Formats: sequence, C-alpha cells, structure tokens
Amino acid sequence: MKTESILRAAVVIGFIVLIELLCRLGVIPTSVLLAPSTMVTHGADLLRAGKFNHDIGISLLEIVAASIVSVLLGFVIGLVIHALPRMRRALEPLLSSYYAVPTFIFYPVFIVVLGVGPLPIIAIAVLLAVVTMITATLDGLDRIPRALHKSGLVMRLPVWRSAFFIKLPAALPYLFTGMKLAVAYSFIGVIASEFILSGSGVGYAIGYAYNNFQNDDMYSLMLLILIAVTAVNMVLNRIDHRFQSRRQR
Amino acid sequence: MTVLNRPVPLKILEALPSQEPEEAQATLTGVTRYFKKNGSKELFHALGPIDLTLMKGEFFSVVGPSGCGKSTLLDALAGLSEPSSGSVTFEGRAVKGVPDGVGVVFQEDASFPWLNVHDNISFGLRMAGMDGAEIKRRTDYAMGFMGLKDFAGAYPAQLSGGMRQRVCIARTLVTQPRLILLDEPFGALDQQTRLLMGDELLRLWRETSATVLLITHALDEAAMLSDRVGVMSARPGLFIDIVETGWARSRDSRIVSTPRFGEVNARLWERLRVESMKVMGTATH
Repeated sequence: MKTESILRAAVVIGFIVLIELLCRLGVIPTSVLLAPSTMVTHGADLLRAGKFNHDIGISLLEIVAASIVSVLLGFVIGLVIHALPRMRRALEPLLSSYYAVPTFIFYPVFIVVLGVGPLPIIAIAVLLAVVTMITATLDGLDRIPRALHKSGLVMRLPVWRSAFFIKLPAALPYLFTGMKLAVAYSFIGVIASEFILSGSGVGYAIGYAYNNFQNDDMYSLMLLILIAVTAVNMVLNRIDHRFQSRRQR
Repeated sequence: MTVLNRPVPLKILEALPSQEPEEAQATLTGVTRYFKKNGSKELFHALGPIDLTLMKGEFFSVVGPSGCGKSTLLDALAGLSEPSSGSVTFEGRAVKGVPDGVGVVFQEDASFPWLNVHDNISFGLRMAGMDGAEIKRRTDYAMGFMGLKDFAGAYPAQLSGGMRQRVCIARTLVTQPRLILLDEPFGALDQQTRLLMGDELLRLWRETSATVLLITHALDEAAMLSDRVGVMSARPGLFIDIVETGWARSRDSRIVSTPRFGEVNARLWERLRVESMKVMGTATH
C-alpha cells in the first residue's frame, strides 16, 4: 500500500475513532450525534429487520434510472452539439453557467407535469447530472488526436467503424469521467429530491426520522448512504484507474 | 514562379550508379491549396502549383521551411484532403479519398493507447476482415521486422517515442502498401534514434519495393535516405530544386561519414537557407 493511501486511511479512521471517543465520553450527547459503532450496529439491525428495505429499493431504482438516462442523454446531446459547431458556440456559455441554476426550484413544475411519484425525482436528478455528461462528451471528442482521426481515414474505415473502433475508445476515459460524475449527481439529486418531493425512499425516511427525533434511524440511514456512495465511487475509480494506467505516458 | 518537375542532378554525383525507375507511381499536376483564414472569408495561398511525379520504387524526400505546405502536399497525395485546383493520381487513377495501396505514417503518435502492440499492428487487417492466419503471419513478420516481438503485449504507454513510431510503421507495413507516405515520422526522436530508424526505413523500403515519400525538416535525414530530394520554397510552397543524390539502393547510415554526403547536405542547405530566412523575415537575398 502506498504511503498516501495509508495516510488517507489513517485520517478517516482517526476521525471516526475521535467521534467514537467523544460520544462515548459524553462530550457529544446522543441527542446530537450517535457513536459510529452504534450507527453500524443499528444499521445492521435495520437491514436485518427489513424496516427500510422498500425505501432503499425505491431510492436505488431511482438512482440507477437517473444515472442511465443522464449518461445516455448526455452522450447523445454531446454528440449532436459536437457535430454542430455553430450551435456549440451558442450553447457553450449556457453550459458553463448551468450549475449556477438551483435545479430544485423546478420541482413544482415537475410535479405538475409528471405527477407525484418517482418520475419528478428522476427528472430532477437527470437535470442535475446530464450537463456533466454533455461536457465530458464534448471534452472527450475534442481530445481525440488528429492523427487518430486520420488513421481511420487511411485505413479506409466507414464512418461508423471509425467512430466505434477508434473515436469511442479514444474518448472513453473522458466519457467515463462524465459517467462517474453523472452517477454522483444522480445520488445527490435523488436523495435530496426525496426530502421534499416524496413519500418514500431513503431521503424521505431520513427526513421522517429527523422530524420524529429518531436519531438512531436517521444516522444509520445516513451512514448507509455514505457507505453506498463510497462503494460505488471506489468501483468506478478502480475502473477509471485501469483505463488511465494503460494510457498514461 | 519556378516549378521544377525534373531531377536536377548534382554534378559531383553524376558518375554514381543510380537506379532509374521507369513507371510513374503517383503524380501531382498543378496542385494548389488555399485555406480560409480563421474568422474571415479571406483565403491564404498555402501550396503550389506543384507538379511532381513519383517513380515506382523510388525514395523521395521533401524538405522545406516551416509552414511551406509539406504536410499539405502529403495530405493531397494521400487523399486526406482535396486540392483547391490541379489533379492527383495514384497508379494512373485520380485520387478521391485514400486509395487502396497507400499507407501513411504521421509525425504525431498515432498508436492506439487502448491496444497492445500486437493488436495495434493487426488493427487495420482485422478491420479489413482478413483471415486470422494471414493476420497472424503478417503481424508476426512486421513485429519481427521492426524489432517489436518482445513487446507484443506491451501498451504504447509503456514504450519509448521511437518504439511507438515503430509500432505505427509496422501498422502501415502489414497492409503492404505500394506507396508509403511519411510525415516527419522521426521529428520527435533524438539524433541517434533517428539515424537508426532511418536504417530501418531503408531496409523496409528495400524489402518491400514500395515507393516512399518522406516529409522531413532534417536535411541530413533527407540526404541519407533519398534517391531524390525536393526542396520547397517558403509559403506558398513550390519545388525550387529537386536534387538527385545518386546513392546505391543498398545504402545505410554509414554514408553520413562520406564526403559525398556532406556535399549533398550542403547543396540542400544552400537552396533552403534563403527560404528559411524568408520565413524568419530576415532575408533580402
């Protein structure tokens, strides 16, 4: 293991141990924060009892749906914008200032249009995640070296074969970065939307537990989300690392 | 405006034996290229008119000052871009798109970073739907020829610049092109590696009997490798001289220590010096 990895793990473990100690010694009261070990044991009990399985299932489905739609939609929109340079010049200022818009203000509109249920939640998450995929697609296509474009021509490949066998693999690391971010934004979009838009889902369950002073449920569900996000991110990072390690010169 | 399409022999080399290829492999006739200036409708004249005949099996190099249109000339010959006027033929047929039988090696690293050396080299053959046994035979031969056999499973990121360029040459070699176009393929390499790569290129040229057109900014490289060297003027690029070197086909990099090499080199520099100074904005004569 590299020194950096050891240091990183030490910082995280040290922080958890510190919180554990402060909670156990009563410096932090249980009404404010639970000891991490209690969060873990209570979380395991909740999973065993299946109390929130329905909410977890709904949230996961919404996150997966939002991630898939964002990635595919962002990729297609990115391709179209890349193919139309004039449109790109017109849209680029909008894309670069997109994240200044608080997406959640659109939630009443989505409820009116799509009704109450998972659809407006997925729509908000997609709205939050799609632009990062569009920008990653544009970036990836821009960075394909000219020599690779020309290599496809020299091999007399039809346009679609050149796109599929040369341009797509060449742009893949950048597209994957976009995918990683789209998944992260989908998590954020879904969980945050569930707080305000939903009668089910992990976000809703956390909000419900908060309103009813059920600290143990609330913190355990928060921990569950943290673990899920970290695990997904680790898998994606590992794949990304494999892509990058073959290419770094 | 002077356009030379006939070889201008060096007097001192007249007595040397040289191969006289007879059949034209490719021709450029009155080729010009104009480009639009960025953000305006104004055109700038990048190249020509160029007249050039490449004879079958010859090694022809093009030297010229920066920005004179050497790569534009290669693109037109390869069918990668259409000339603004004039015509290009390969084996008697008008060039529209990249013709079958033409291979190009670029200055930039064009190896595919996601494929290992073996898969990089065999990529074009697989795309052409060639039989697996034939792909293996050609790929193994090309890897052996370019000294890449021990690196078949390595990715380009694990190789030096010279090795990556060898991969690109091998990828061209397996398609068995009859005309090989090289656009400053050794531009990024150090002098020693360039000399050795030059030897390998000569060996490849001898064994394949392909016609080779090499774009280079290195006069010594052009002088060492070529049967003829075309010297281009500053933009718009025109051939101001075509120097016939007269080297034997069996030459290698050892000729750099001969007096003749120095004389060929000096002749090229004499023709190129004024043009290069024009580019730098310092020449009056």
